[in-house]
Amino acid sequence: MHALPPFQTLLDDYADDVLGLLRGAVGRGDAEDAFQETFLAALRAYPELEDRRNLRGWLLTIAHRKAIDQHRARGRQPLPVAEVEEVVDARMEPLDGPVPDDGIWEQVAALPPKQRAAVTLRFGSDLPHAEIAAALGCSPEAARRSLHEGLAKLRKELA
Amino acid sequence: MTTTTARAIDRFRKAAAAEGLLDVTYATADSPFGTLLLAATSHGLVRVGLPNQDRDALLEELAAKVSPRVLEAPARLEEARRELDRYFGGDLRRFELPLDWTLSHGFRRRVLEGIATIPYGETRTYTEMATGAGNPRAVRAAGSACGSNPIPLVVPCHRVLRLSGALGGYAGGLEMKESLLALEARRARD
Repeated sequence: MHALPPFQTLLDDYADDVLGLLRGAVGRGDAEDAFQETFLAALRAYPELEDRRNLRGWLLTIAHRKAIDQHRARGRQPLPVAEVEEVVDARMEPLDGPVPDDGIWEQVAALPPKQRAAVTLRFGSDLPHAEIAAALGCSPEAARRSLHEGLAKLRKELA
Repeated sequence: MTTTTARAIDRFRKAAAAEGLLDVTYATADSPFGTLLLAATSHGLVRVGLPNQDRDALLEELAAKVSPRVLEAPARLEEARRELDRYFGGDLRRFELPLDWTLSHGFRRRVLEGIATIPYGETRTYTEMATGAGNPRAVRAAGSACGSNPIPLVVPCHRVLRLSGALGGYAGGLEMKESLLALEARRARD
């Protein structure tokens, strides 16, 4: 077992990724607060961390949980809202016809939690299957299954 | 890294400090010999990295031996930086800042504590340091204690020489050791 790297390296390497995930998950305005929560929780737990193979996945899992907490606290659906808001803003522009809105993130938000997490981590955070598995605390097969089930459901809803 | 990320990190660092989670903080400092790495715990200065030493390796060592909660944050290092500036300028003869001896144990630590009392502009021999630490025959061990000094400059291992008057060794390189001794000799005469 190798030693934990200095916590600063997690900030240097993954702060952009964490902030990116949170912007997608809770929107630009709340992302910074969730970022504080995420890194404080990580720093508190860091010395006791046993599985140190996938620090990026570990941080993104914490970020994901903080995003869900924040949505719960605000009584909203846990969904990535940034893109949706932009579409809504665009709709307010005087236009000839209705702007097409594929509503993809709303559909993602309506998925069961595991599928939703798998889809968000795969496409919102660009994590490979192995890291999604680490993030969700399940086997890579289970992660792949959740992802496929989620995607199948989305295809059906959007078809 | 974007400016938004930098701002978020800065806020996080302040919150972590307020919560007492900054076990080890570090910062860099300029010196006439190149960039120094300074690291401190809540007890005091715990590590000084000399310009030729590998910074990443030093930080990994701190993570392994003190705490993995190692973060870059200059606030706690201000005093060390100020005193070192004055030292390099020849205006400071005795460091006053608190030290954290966590990284040294046993005989080595006794040798280093002895070294910390060698006055400005003076030198001692490895043999004298071994004797002072309670084992006159452990001259080589005293030498390696100097070599492993985690807080060079502030714990002035550059003031320890061979019995013959030869320089011995220095983690920062012999040229640096020579320059430090020359600076102190000049100032001590003033």
